[in-house]
Amino acid sequence: MSTSPERVSPEPVSQDGEVQALSHSPESLQARVQRTLEAARERGASDVQTVVSHSVGLELGVRKGEIETLEHERDQSLSLIVYFGQSKGAASTTDFSDQALIDTVEAACRIARYTEPDPYAGMPDPAFKAADWDDLDLDHPWDCSAAEATELARTIEAAGFAADERIENSEGASVSTRRAIAFLGDSQGFMGGYRSTRHSLSCALVARDDAGMQRDYAYTVARHADDLTAAEQIGREAAERTVRRLGGRKLSTRNCPVLFAPEMARTLIGSFTRAISGPAQYRESSFLLNAVGENVFPAWMQIEERPLTPRALGSAPFDGEGVRTRNRPLIADGVLQSYTLDSYAARRLGLESTGNAGGARNVTVAPGDKDFAALLAEMGTGFLVTELIGQGVNMVTGDYSRGAAGFWVENGELQYPVEEITIAGSLKDMFQRMAAVGTDVDRRGNIHTGSILIESMTVAGD
Amino acid sequence: MIDRLAQQTLLDPAGLGDSELSTLLGTTFGHGIDGGDCYFQFASQEGWSLEDGIVKSASFNIERGVGIRVVRGEQTGFAYSDDIAMPAMLEAAKTARSIASAGQSGRIAVASRSPSRPALYAPDNPLDSLDEQTKIDLLKEVDAVARAEDSRVTQVMCSLAGVHEVVLVLNAQGELTTDVRPLVRLNVQVIVEQGGRRESGTSGGGGRFGYQYFREGGRAAGYAREAVRQALVNLEAREAPAGTMKVVLGPGWPGVLLHEAIGHGLEGDFNRKGTSAFSGRIGEQVAAKGITIVDDGTLEGRRGSLNVDDEGNPTQQTVLIEDGVLRGYMQDEMNARLMGTRSTGNGRRESYARLPMPRMTNTYMLGGDADPEEILASVDDGLYAVNFGGGQVDITSGKFVFSASEAYRVENGKVTYPVKGATLIGNGPDVLTRVSMIGNDMKLDSGIGTCGKEGQGVPVGVGQPTLRIDGMTVGGTQAA
Repeated sequence: MSTSPERVSPEPVSQDGEVQALSHSPESLQARVQRTLEAARERGASDVQTVVSHSVGLELGVRKGEIETLEHERDQSLSLIVYFGQSKGAASTTDFSDQALIDTVEAACRIARYTEPDPYAGMPDPAFKAADWDDLDLDHPWDCSAAEATELARTIEAAGFAADERIENSEGASVSTRRAIAFLGDSQGFMGGYRSTRHSLSCALVARDDAGMQRDYAYTVARHADDLTAAEQIGREAAERTVRRLGGRKLSTRNCPVLFAPEMARTLIGSFTRAISGPAQYRESSFLLNAVGENVFPAWMQIEERPLTPRALGSAPFDGEGVRTRNRPLIADGVLQSYTLDSYAARRLGLESTGNAGGARNVTVAPGDKDFAALLAEMGTGFLVTELIGQGVNMVTGDYSRGAAGFWVENGELQYPVEEITIAGSLKDMFQRMAAVGTDVDRRGNIHTGSILIESMTVAGD
Repeated sequence: MIDRLAQQTLLDPAGLGDSELSTLLGTTFGHGIDGGDCYFQFASQEGWSLEDGIVKSASFNIERGVGIRVVRGEQTGFAYSDDIAMPAMLEAAKTARSIASAGQSGRIAVASRSPSRPALYAPDNPLDSLDEQTKIDLLKEVDAVARAEDSRVTQVMCSLAGVHEVVLVLNAQGELTTDVRPLVRLNVQVIVEQGGRRESGTSGGGGRFGYQYFREGGRAAGYAREAVRQALVNLEAREAPAGTMKVVLGPGWPGVLLHEAIGHGLEGDFNRKGTSAFSGRIGEQVAAKGITIVDDGTLEGRRGSLNVDDEGNPTQQTVLIEDGVLRGYMQDEMNARLMGTRSTGNGRRESYARLPMPRMTNTYMLGGDADPEEILASVDDGLYAVNFGGGQVDITSGKFVFSASEAYRVENGKVTYPVKGATLIGNGPDVLTRVSMIGNDMKLDSGIGTCGKEGQGVPVGVGQPTLRIDGMTVGGTQAA
């Protein structure tokens, strides 16, 4: 996509009339951005930044073969930040009437009269703004009618029920598709926007045996419907994940190696990205405070941010302030290279914006050379964690203590399911004691990582 | 009689009178439809935040829209519009009722439901309850008190937030109900530092009233001091124990135990579907004798309270567990109908753009007769946990957690030293059978809880007296 005015292409329309059509055109959204900028300047704002967004979606749920919910989504919002010198105000609305636009601008301006000047407040350095950008291949409307979605959801759930006779109940299978468009504009002359889509299939099943019930789920999510895992596979995977939890036991309290399955490993890397975020640093609320240049992970660890990956779920050509994003290392040979900063955090810390207004995007952990089975073998005896519950992470100290479920592993093989235990440690120490990252990378989110093996943690149980 | 404010805010701008609403109802509902509603909502909210000693940012947000929900059997069709106007609503209605093939019925008469009891909160807009400068001064006071409390305080972050919400529910039978809901919250977080070690403490409170609440009786300053106190305790905290031991829970917010361990498991939707660890267990002993737990949306001014739920039904006090025996579930209209019972006024939704579900209001355990001092004195070796972060539950397996943020080791009946935060884990259907002492100090939390379910957050309250539980797994790092 380029900065030139976007061409309007015909929206796909399916035969029975289901349309994934956005009801606001790019032109009308851009016009709204311009009116907002003008209204704020007319009221004396020295600078202003605004985002106008709109999305449409369909979410269909089937339970026990019948439609349970059919939800049509249609969202719109306008938000803005105004600066009067170093004072700042913000406001937003879902009301797209002309009067609401004026009211919202005036609300932001009114707030800026009361907030106190902050020497670090202001717009990003124009030199860092995105001037042009590549099409990141994020917009792939899915021509899926409610009738087709119903059949797909039925297929998912039926495959789950058929996979194992112990699957006796269901929380349902669902199909969702969403298309969004957003434009960002500011008083420095930036205007940029793009369309994006996000589709998913999911299924949650319940199995029972003499010991009780267990529930688990499976899902797939992608920008393009062609990239979704097949419906039958999602149903079967949900069934397998559910049934294998039956007969879970507690462990006795011990110290042992812990292998985080990819979707759980993601949460560890999530704590890392939070710890290196601008606010965590300038509020001194991070267990990785002032850690650039330090060995945060073992020397083999490489972590990159890849916001420009085509079709990826976290991709964006520019950040929430219009600053260009770029692929860059966060961890090189175990050493922290950079924080993730918007322009405000950058000024606070005396650094430059890293294009992270809105967060880090497609944080990618370089896989090692072992697949999941090889990691189990490397662990030998220990705990495989497949579910974590509760918050239990203290970002200031790095103290970590969460509820967990998974499997006890001996000789590299799963022995029995485990539940009602906790795993605990200190994140700083856990990062240092990472032994390996698997090749089984999970890309269903903004953090891409394989399984992670940690040498030792405390398991609390009986 | 329609509340004037609701009428002026939601209906008048779109020129919606009885005739238009009758047409909307007739288009949406009718033969073959079991229920549903048109949910009109207006919400304005603001947030002021302070850090580095100055109020450097604030935001103001307005949401307005209507959600149209059509229920037939176990099926729900739903659409919403940000635009409260006849054409957009009729379009949403058509979409929502696409799950039903039955014909439309023309018009359904509108009849206003009158309040069944005095309001639990004033309809005044809390955003107007203090002028802007006074809001800023309040935050500055919190900052000053926290910094004056101890020289080890390095960061103070505090925020003041308010919501003014106007709701109008028009159900499939033509019954019209309105509610005007205030909600305010003040939150403080501090960071302390000593010898290179950093710890944090948080405190706050709020409810359904105006901001003046925080200026009464030195409340705001009290939150500041409490946050500092917690942070300083944590500076001295040693590694937490790991393993199963006796746990004494303090009164008030530790009631998050009840919310997770049994509350969610007793919501009607999970029980209708048979996916809760409590499904089909009404009448069974699921807690020690002497334990009575209620969900009560009728407490004046509380964060979890509502005059009417989001389906227009009056909230009530629902007994969940009585003397240890499971008595009832929390229901919304649809799940109640499918289970052959009545709504308990627990149908709640985050906004017009989301579907209602059975949700908790204020969930608490009634007090017992033990002196809290005696309870602590009775423990030879265990953990005393008085403050918590959040919790979570797996409804189906019944396993739940809640994470302590202030806890102490108890040895020979005495509180000996603070330990680091740790997650406590247990099994909902049996954890309360191990309660051996119930304190006489029942307390509700200060008004800080938000419950998340299927991505929808709603304000809730919890409460309990001091409790002794003989055996919970404590997730520290010190294996015995």
